[in-house]
Formats: sequence, C-alpha cells, structure tokens
Amino acid sequence: MANSHNPDMTPGLTNAYDPGEHPDWPAPSSVKGPVHWIKTNLFGSVTNTLLTLLAIYLLYKIIPALVQWFFVDAAYTGASRKECEAQAGGACWAFIGSRLQLFIYGFYPEVQRWRVNLSVVLLAAALVPILFDQVPQRGKWLIYSALYPFIAAWLLVGGIGGLEYVPTDKFGGLMLNVVIGVTGIAFSLPIGICLALGRQSHLPILRIVCVAFIEFIRGVPLITLLFVAAVMLSYFVPPGTNFDLLVRMLIMVTLFASGYMAEVIRGGLQAIPKGQYEAADSMGLKYWQSMRLIVLPQALKISIPGIVNTFIALYKDTTLVIVIGRLDILGIGRSSLADSKWQGLSTEVYVFVAVFFFISCFLMSRYSLYLEKKLHTGH
Amino acid sequence: MLLKLWRNKETRSVIIQIVTIALLFAFFAYIINNAVLNLQALGKTFSFDFLKEPASYDINQALIEYTSRSSHARAMLVGILNTALVAVCGIVTATVVGFLLGVIRLSSNWLAARLVYVFIEFTRNVPVLLHILLIHGIIVHFLPLPKQAINVADALFLSNRGVYAPRPEFLDGFVYTTVAFVVAVIGAVLFRRWAKKVQEATGKIYPVFSICLGVVVVLPLVVFLLSGSPLTWEMPKMGRFNLQGGVVMLPEFLALWLALSLYTSAFISEIVRSGIMAISKGQWEAAGALGIRRNRTLQLVIIPQALRVIIPPLASQYLNLTKNSSLAIAIGYMDIVATIGGITLMQTGKEMETMIIVLLIYLSFSLVISAFMNWYNKRIALVER
Repeated sequence: MANSHNPDMTPGLTNAYDPGEHPDWPAPSSVKGPVHWIKTNLFGSVTNTLLTLLAIYLLYKIIPALVQWFFVDAAYTGASRKECEAQAGGACWAFIGSRLQLFIYGFYPEVQRWRVNLSVVLLAAALVPILFDQVPQRGKWLIYSALYPFIAAWLLVGGIGGLEYVPTDKFGGLMLNVVIGVTGIAFSLPIGICLALGRQSHLPILRIVCVAFIEFIRGVPLITLLFVAAVMLSYFVPPGTNFDLLVRMLIMVTLFASGYMAEVIRGGLQAIPKGQYEAADSMGLKYWQSMRLIVLPQALKISIPGIVNTFIALYKDTTLVIVIGRLDILGIGRSSLADSKWQGLSTEVYVFVAVFFFISCFLMSRYSLYLEKKLHTGH
Repeated sequence: MLLKLWRNKETRSVIIQIVTIALLFAFFAYIINNAVLNLQALGKTFSFDFLKEPASYDINQALIEYTSRSSHARAMLVGILNTALVAVCGIVTATVVGFLLGVIRLSSNWLAARLVYVFIEFTRNVPVLLHILLIHGIIVHFLPLPKQAINVADALFLSNRGVYAPRPEFLDGFVYTTVAFVVAVIGAVLFRRWAKKVQEATGKIYPVFSICLGVVVVLPLVVFLLSGSPLTWEMPKMGRFNLQGGVVMLPEFLALWLALSLYTSAFISEIVRSGIMAISKGQWEAAGALGIRRNRTLQLVIIPQALRVIIPPLASQYLNLTKNSSLAIAIGYMDIVATIGGITLMQTGKEMETMIIVLLIYLSFSLVISAFMNWYNKRIALVER
C-alpha cells in the first residue's frame, strides 16, 4: 500500500504516484518557517547568538523597569511632589499635567489663547497645499500659504485691527518653538534659493559673496548667532531704535537656516542634468525665465526631503533659545523645577519634552522618507 | 544708452556686480556707522585691550595653568582648549560607537538590528540640548555623593561631583619609551609603504596589519621594561570629606561628552549604513569570483569604496559636533562661549569685541576640520584613468 504521507522515494515505492502527479510538499522546517527564521536571524553564528543573548538581556533589564516607572508606579494626580511620592515611587505625571497650559502657551494671556489656537488651525490649512500636490486650486492656496506667516504674526502680536497687543516676551512654551521654527523655514526658503543660485552664478563677485555668507553661517554655532542677536545686533541699528528681541532672534534663526537651505537647494540644482539648462537656453528663455520655469521646479522637487530634514534640525534647534533667556517648552520645564512644591522632578520634565520632540520629529522624518520614496521615480 | 548697456550680456553682468559691491559697501558702512554712534552714545570704545586685564573669575576645568588673576586672553585660551578637548573626545567616541551601531544595524541579527534602530531613532529625534541636560541631571541627581562614591576596582570612583580616575605620573626615563613609540610608528608606516610597493610589483602579500601592530606595541614595551618601568599611577583616595588625587572628570564634561557622542553616533551610524549599502552586491561577488578571501575583500574592495560615500557627510557630522559643543553653556562647562562670550562679556561689557572673537574662533575650528577632511577625501577619491 502506498503511504501518501511519506514523500521519500524508498526503492519499491517508486510507483506511489503517477509521473507528474507528485503533490508539492511544504518545505521542511529547516529551510522555511519560524524555526528556520529564528535559526538564521537570531542564532546563525556564534557572534550572532551572543548578540541575541545580549539584546535579550538588555531588553529584560530595561523594558520592565521603564514600564514600571512610566505607567505602573506613576502618579497621575496630586498637588505636590510629596503627594505624588505618597502614591507610588514612579514618575509624577501630575506635575506635567498641572502645567500643561504653560508648556503649550507659555505666558500668553489666558483670555487671548484662542488666537494661538486659531493660528495653529490656519497653519494646518497653509500646510495642506505644500504637503499634498493633488489639492484643487493649489496655486491660489499656495499664495495663502505664502501669506500665512504675516497673518499669524498679526494674529499673535495684535495691536492692529481690534486685536489686543501682546508683547512678544509673553511668547513661550511650545508656541515659541513653533513660531521660531515656522518663521525660520518660511523665510529661509526664498533666501536659500537666492543664495544657491548666487553660488552657482557665473558672476564671480556674486558667487564670492554668496559662498562667504554660506560658509560663515555654516561655520559658527547657532548659539553664537543667538548671542549676537541678544547683545550685538542692536548696535547695528540707528541709535534710539527699539528692536524687539524676538524679531532679532527670528532674523538670526532665518539667516542660519538659509545657509543650510542654500546647500540643500544647491544639491538639487546640481542634480539637474546640464541638458535642461541648455535646452532652456536654446528655447531663448532669459535667465530668470529658465530658472523659474525649467530648473527650479525640478530642483526644488528633488530637494524637498532635504528641506524637511533642515526643518527637523531647525525645529530641534529652537530649544537653544533658553541660553539667551527665552522660555520655550524646555525652558518652561526647567524653570518650573524651581517651584518648591515640585523640586527635583527634572527627569519627568526632560522625559516629557524628549517624548514630545521624538514624536513630532519622528513623524516628520517618516514624511520625508515617504517623499523620498515617492520622488524616486528613476527605476 | 543705459538700456543698451543693459541689453548687452557682458556689460550687464559687470553692472550687476558693481551694483552688488556698492550695495554691500553701503550696507556695511551703514551698520558700522550705526555701531560707532551707538558705542559713542554709551561711552564705550572699540578695542581689544581688555584681553590683557585680569579676568578675576575662576574656571573649574583648566588644561593649562590658570588662576583668577590670569588675563582674559588666558581665560579665552582655557576656553578654546576645553572646547577642543570635548570636541576631540566626542569625535573619537562618536566615530567608534557610530561605526559599531551602523554595522550592527546591517547585521543579519534581527533583534539586535531592531534594538539599534530604536536607539538611533530615539537619539536623533530628540534635541541635543535635551540629551545634555538629561545626562547632566542623571549624573548630578542619581550618582551618590563623593563619600559614598561607587568604587570600581579601587581605581575608578563614580560620584555626583565627577568621575575620579588614576592619574599617570611619568618618571624621568619615560622619554625613551616615547621615543621608541615614535620610532615604531614611523617604522610601521614605512614598512606599510614598502609592503604595498612589493605587492603592486610582485603580488606578494605581507601580513601588514599584524606586523605593524607588533612593532608598535612590542618595541615601546621592551624599551619601557628595559628602562625600569618609569610610570606610576596616582590613585584617587577617599579623603575625609571628598575624594582626593587622580584625574577628575567633572559632571559637566562627562555630560557634554556623552551626550554629544551619543547624539552624533546616531547620525554617523546612519551614514555608515548607507555607505556600506551603497556598494553593490556585485562587488562582493566579483571579488569572490576572483578568489579573494572575505576579509581581504572587505579591506581591498568594499571599505575603500564605502569610505568615499561616507567621508563627506562624516565631515559635516564632525563639524556639527564641534559646533554643538557650544551648548556647554547650558550646564556650565567652561568652553569658549562660556568663558569669553559669557563671563568676560558680562564683566567687561565688550559685546562687540568678544562676540567677534568667539565667531572667529569657531570659524577657524570649522575651517581646520573641513580642510583636513577635504584633504583626506581627496586622497581617497576615485582616480579615474
């Protein structure tokens, strides 16, 4: 009798199946399936096994302790550190909860906070045509996006058109990070394009000026530029002019970002084949026409991932404003540690801010990866 | 007439450039004029004489002799050296850790690769300032007081005032060992060149790496022992109130060093990974088809090509690390910004002069690093024949 479950061809059983009728058996577990996967991917060689064991040990050490501290032993309610500690020995999230408003809005007057909320909604609307290229009426929408920084500035500062004036030293918390980041990126884009074009220009003096500027900006840390904004910039305006610190900071941050932006866009410009420039020339287009219609659309498209990365870096760098005494989300966290009720909770503050930055930056970097994949249409 | 000049391409470019220069001069003249007026209004002068005056503040970590009676110029020098110290240490550790992480990320070990991936993503998506503050906070708040310092083999003491390590003391005869070491390094370099020449001419391969390593280690060691081991270690000891002796690494330095290394290593590991992945599999297969062994393939085929992809972004990471070291001021590590751009500025009120000095120092740091990396990049660049 032919054993239909025995696939091996023992002599004498050669006629178990008709020729060509042999069914496909699943591969043995040594070449496929979870056991094989574990064998090759985790215990393939001696070093591999050691690595795996080390990794498992680390996970065993870190994960339970973290979960314990983060969630199990954490205190979510309480009015002071003592009350937190009375409940459990883990994180004291009540501290963060009690200051959430401060973390987000800084010292912005409470009754006026709808203006911040509204400008966030408008920001989201302004981002739509930039992030998605298949929205109807994209051209008109983009004009609104370009105008957005000015609308937001008017909304946040006020003073004109019935809005109450809010001095810029009330700006703080997350709002300050976003204001600096968005302004920096919005204004550095056009400046960066001009610098990149200037660097590629065949006019030697223009090129030297642009190269010197870019190299200077990229050669010094942002902190020193912020110091320049804080202590030195007011010397360069006519005597008696009052020059708002936030504006000075924004100018420096914008210049800083445009140096990096210029290099990103230069990369895009260099990736455009020479034939495109020549084709534009042979069509009789002037310099600006060929740039605007032929070269820049292609170059900018290639450099979008780089632009997003520049934005992520800039956004992370906005925390540096604490060194010149402005309280962004990190600064608010640090300064609230001075409260005697909550002293010594620095870990909670730093972890909260770190998780916040991680989530936002990680999402942005995913977006930039997605763009890279989408734009990679070559092969 | 003007319109005609404008229509001509060459004259137009001349006009544009002249206008650029004129505008630039006008701009600088304007801001310098403003600065002069502002300085006059405040009764200040523009001079660098303050550098010779005594600084009259203390610096907790000085690599050269420094007291509060030293001049501001000396304080600046201390700051420069502190920046250089943390930058060099950070670059070395970040490179080592970064390469290690990059290689693990590429390994076939799924678990280790994932773990490293999570670490990298978390590290590089959090601002570096936060890393510095967090690590500083951990050292200051969670390590014990010096009296209860964690004792590692009676040599290393970990406390919230810093890490105490043994200090090497070089006795008279140590010069010979140094000389032997230099000689050995020169010999190794010469041998390597000669071996390469031989290999190119005849195909004979010497075990260059092991011979070089042997020469560099053994020769100084023999000289060291022959000259009577002229090296002792000054161990840190538990004093009455505090640890004494040895080398102290302050919490500020440790925090800055660790944070900058970790943050930059996350970026370096991604650079390394993409560099190795950029080498097509065909290169491995071609080398295999020629019968080259696996480690020789790595050494002769893969790494030289991967380095070409890796070096330029690596250079910019080194620059970033050096610039990020200026965040030292947030935790009170006395680097350039904290000494001359911080306390000196506050004491003398010379905003313009001190800021100009700080900017120039960072610019020259950056130029030196990028010049070195450009030179190295050119050396390993593809020679097209």
